[in-house]
Amino acid sequence: MKALVRALRGVLRLFVDDGKLALTIIGLLVAIGILTRAGALDESLALGLLVAGTIAALLANVVRSAATAKR
Amino acid sequence: MSGSIQAWSTIASAFLASSVEAVEALTVVLAVGVVRGWPSALLGTSAAVGVLVVVVAVFGVALASIPIALLQIVVGSLLLLFGLRWLRKAMLRAAGVIARHDENVAYESEILALRGSGVPLPSHTRWDAIAIVTAFKAVTLEGVEVIVIVIGLGAVQGMLAAASLGALAACLLVVVAGVLLHRPLARVPENTLKFAVGIVMTAFGLFWFGEGIGSHWPTDDGAILGLIAILTAASWMGTRFAGRVSAGRAVAAPGGTP
Repeated sequence: MKALVRALRGVLRLFVDDGKLALTIIGLLVAIGILTRAGALDESLALGLLVAGTIAALLANVVRSAATAKR
Repeated sequence: MSGSIQAWSTIASAFLASSVEAVEALTVVLAVGVVRGWPSALLGTSAAVGVLVVVVAVFGVALASIPIALLQIVVGSLLLLFGLRWLRKAMLRAAGVIARHDENVAYESEILALRGSGVPLPSHTRWDAIAIVTAFKAVTLEGVEVIVIVIGLGAVQGMLAAASLGALAACLLVVVAGVLLHRPLARVPENTLKFAVGIVMTAFGLFWFGEGIGSHWPTDDGAILGLIAILTAASWMGTRFAGRVSAGRAVAAPGGTP
């Protein structure tokens, strides 16, 4: 059981290094997916939000990490 | 034109990304072989390769039965998370916030860990459980990353063969270099490669997710190149800004040096 949990953790770590960034990106993808399916976003707005949101989340995370990293 | 852009970018991305993983696996296998003996190191490596072949076969069959839109959304999301993970770490390393990865340091610490394990080499048999498990774990973990890269880059666009070719070439090249040099491949610019591959995988992830939700990118596949350019510019600016923030903290901290 312990080995299975360790293996699953290893697989999860392939995609998640910083939990906050991963949750932000998943939230962004879910929101854009739902809004697009519901017809609330047109194609180009959805793609623009996808790219801008991803870059904003990444940059905010990197700068916050630089500001709080232990020395 | 766009087909050849996709094919070559897929082969090159799979090659570069897989070479990083192969170098990391080789470092551990070399350390295991030197400290605990080659028969057990190679047995652990072979067992891991066997497991990876089974995983590839199972996923290969399963992928064929998934509707394309769902595949684009799932693969795009996973590729985006995977690429951002690499890109974030590469940016923090380039900004000097976290230490750069050094294969020589990784090799030495693996050697120390194996020597300090306190488990003596078995005298009655050639097989050593610690060596087998350590080599198996390293090759399986890095190999699963290679599979994720190959599936992420190749599955949706019907270029699994191209992605597999790039990954296989990288693994073979690293193994041959390791056999010839008999030491870790410290000269491979791993941090730079992770930066570049993180950008490419993030671009592919954004592209496939956008297609999966039914949106169409301007210039179709050519948008991947545009995304790569935008991500390169943004991550370069982000790295510089993070470097300044980090340097500012070093100066402000008591006893800190600029």
